[in-house]
Amino acid sequence: MKKTGAQIFVEALKIEGVENIFCYPGGATLNITDALTDHSEIHQIVVRHEQGAVHASDGYARASGKVGVSLVTSGPGATNTVTGIATAYMDSIPIVIFTCQVNTMLIGNDAFQEADIVGITRPCTKHSYLVKDVKDLARIIKEAFYIARSGRPGPVLVDIPKDVSSGICDFKYPEKVNIRSYQPTYNGHLGQIKKAIKQIAASKKPVLYTGGGIITSGASAELVKFAEQLSIPVVNTLMGLGGVPGGHKLFLGMLGMHGTYAANMAITSSDLIIAIGARFDDRATGKVDEFAPHAKIIHVDIDPTSISKNIKVDIPIVGDSRSVLKKMVEIVEAEKEEFKAYKASIGPWLNETEQWKKNFPLTYVRNGTLKPQYVIEKVFELTDGKAIIATEVGQNQMWTAQFFKFLKPRTLLTSGGLGTMGFGFPAAIGAQVAFPKSLVVDIAGDGSIQMNIQELGTAVQFNLPVKVVILNNGYLGMVRQWQELFYEKRYTWTCLECAPDFVKLADAYGAAGYRIESEDEVESVLREAFHNGRPTLIDVKVNPEESVYPMVPAGASLKEMLLV
Amino acid sequence: MRHIISVLVENEFGVLSRVAGLFSGRGFNIESLCVAETLDPTISTMTIVTSGNEAIIEQVLKQLNKLINVIKVVDFKELDYVSREMVLVKVNAEERTRAEILRMTEIFRGKIIDVSPKTYTLLITGDDEKLRAFLTLIKPLGIKELVRTGPIAIARGEKVIKLKDKPLEGGEEDG
Ligand SMILES: Cc1ncc(C[n+]2csc(CCOP(=O)(O)OP(=O)(O)O)c2C)c(N)n1
Ligand SMILES: [Mg+2]
Repeated sequence: MKKTGAQIFVEALKIEGVENIFCYPGGATLNITDALTDHSEIHQIVVRHEQGAVHASDGYARASGKVGVSLVTSGPGATNTVTGIATAYMDSIPIVIFTCQVNTMLIGNDAFQEADIVGITRPCTKHSYLVKDVKDLARIIKEAFYIARSGRPGPVLVDIPKDVSSGICDFKYPEKVNIRSYQPTYNGHLGQIKKAIKQIAASKKPVLYTGGGIITSGASAELVKFAEQLSIPVVNTLMGLGGVPGGHKLFLGMLGMHGTYAANMAITSSDLIIAIGARFDDRATGKVDEFAPHAKIIHVDIDPTSISKNIKVDIPIVGDSRSVLKKMVEIVEAEKEEFKAYKASIGPWLNETEQWKKNFPLTYVRNGTLKPQYVIEKVFELTDGKAIIATEVGQNQMWTAQFFKFLKPRTLLTSGGLGTMGFGFPAAIGAQVAFPKSLVVDIAGDGSIQMNIQELGTAVQFNLPVKVVILNNGYLGMVRQWQELFYEKRYTWTCLECAPDFVKLADAYGAAGYRIESEDEVESVLREAFHNGRPTLIDVKVNPEESVYPMVPAGASLKEMLLV
Repeated sequence: MRHIISVLVENEFGVLSRVAGLFSGRGFNIESLCVAETLDPTISTMTIVTSGNEAIIEQVLKQLNKLINVIKVVDFKELDYVSREMVLVKVNAEERTRAEILRMTEIFRGKIIDVSPKTYTLLITGDDEKLRAFLTLIKPLGIKELVRTGPIAIARGEKVIKLKDKPLEGGEEDG
């Protein structure tokens, strides 16, 4: 059947099972925009800024595990997506970004609203396409979705010129993808897995160090099973939170710069690190030369480039976290005998880690002022830990990681790798689109929220009752904290003077607004806000100079922690 | 350590910039780069000369493999190989130097491919060492301009680089 490129686009999305797209129009999108007019089965959420569209599609993907989709116009529409794309790339999030482009004949001529978006985004996409002929469109869309979600997931950009969306050709959606140069490895090498198991049996102080790969591959259940089978303590990266229930007895918390004492000491004392779906980021490892100085390292990752990139690995296993963990569980089950000696000698190690946990818990000083950590604890309590939590970046993000005990995977949406202020709110909107009935909360900073505050319009227009809890400290707090510690308290640029009245701002957008100024208001206001059914800003005036502890100064080793 | 790497890629637009961008973005070094179509016109070979310690070269190979359009990556350090490079040299050809240039060119089995009243243009092929030796000898006679291709390489003997799956460290059984 003959169809226009725009119609092919719509059909292809339906076949891919896309139910929601985040979009913003322009001259170059018009063919597609028009073709979507009578297709409400593809819910079209029109945002206020293209960065918001990409973050929303990213939040949608993180919360649901499905591929997130955005569609924007050429030139400035396309360039506005860059931060969103780079954010998703760093955290391996499957999204497809459709940018529209000027006519193929005009490409390269500096035409009106032309930007070489494929060129601009090349280093921050998993792959990208410029569709030069409408005949290639269906195949390219098929490949784009496949590449985005398979292997180590990531953003894929498809640039569609206007004459391609208006061009006509026969439509047939390919059934299979055939890319000879792209075959991700899912099953780890059995020999390597056995070698790893042997190494574990011989260890006395093993630690599981797990990251976002656990969430992506859906390996939470297998991870918990494996950890319990061999009583191995677990530490998580920021991206891995929720991979093990926050209150689990083997869970030592997040490691790294603002990690727990127990997690960082366990890494430092360990004789065997079992890294799964984590990539030894510098915020997690601290000074690499002194990371896990006594340990051999097993590393499971689907991306071979992550292995031995920052830290030399002893036993590499390329494969999907879930499939490798499953295999490990099986082998341990079948070879119980081999673990007799191990089991007999693991007790002291568990005691040691338990002591660290008990003696150095995450804590903060209650002194009558309104503490941000307290607010987060209350959010946890009032939601039974069942909300989907997005964060912005800065202290708000770290306190959330520390004090909200994530119970399940895909309940924390946070920009880990890029650290993008302004991510949380649109990401929360995306998650709310994926789960209209769930409570979605963005824990924000007063700085970050102003980076994509315009999406309040989107939330109100589409009845997305996202709750934004602004931990308003009047500062770009995380940067201020570094100035306090390392620049003699010269708070240059970081005092947020001239902040808007967030309650009035919410009102101006038609959203609900609340203010909290003391501890005793926290519970009642949050309770009301969480039940009002509307998009909501909650301006919480927290103690301005509170800092995030523990802290490992940049470039120091994990054992050099500032405790309070 | 200097490595010659052969990269088989889809013969499509944009692939060269992906490869070049990878090197610049990650701070890898490219000494030379040679690209052309293979026997199969859908595939091109890029021969890249790069250098770095073992860990860097390992990353170079893995990162190249990770690019979606890259079909295969071969590090010739792992293989017995032959490599050649071509150089075109324009030299001053004066009355008193002509005979010497001719003699040199002959010894190095080169050719004179263009002549003008004041210059000869020479073509020499060989490995890096040979070209360097030739250029050292010819330099005192007055080189006006020089263009090199960068090396290309091929495995010795019957070994052929096939389009098998990408090799993976610790990957699937038959890898
Ligand atoms: C887009 C962007 N610009 C700058 C930064 C650098 N930065 C990191 S944290 C931070 C302060 C964030 O302030 P706020 O949102 O108020 O959060 P707080 O730390 O006060 O909780 C800044 C400016 C960043 N991460 N992202
Ligand atoms: Mg702040």
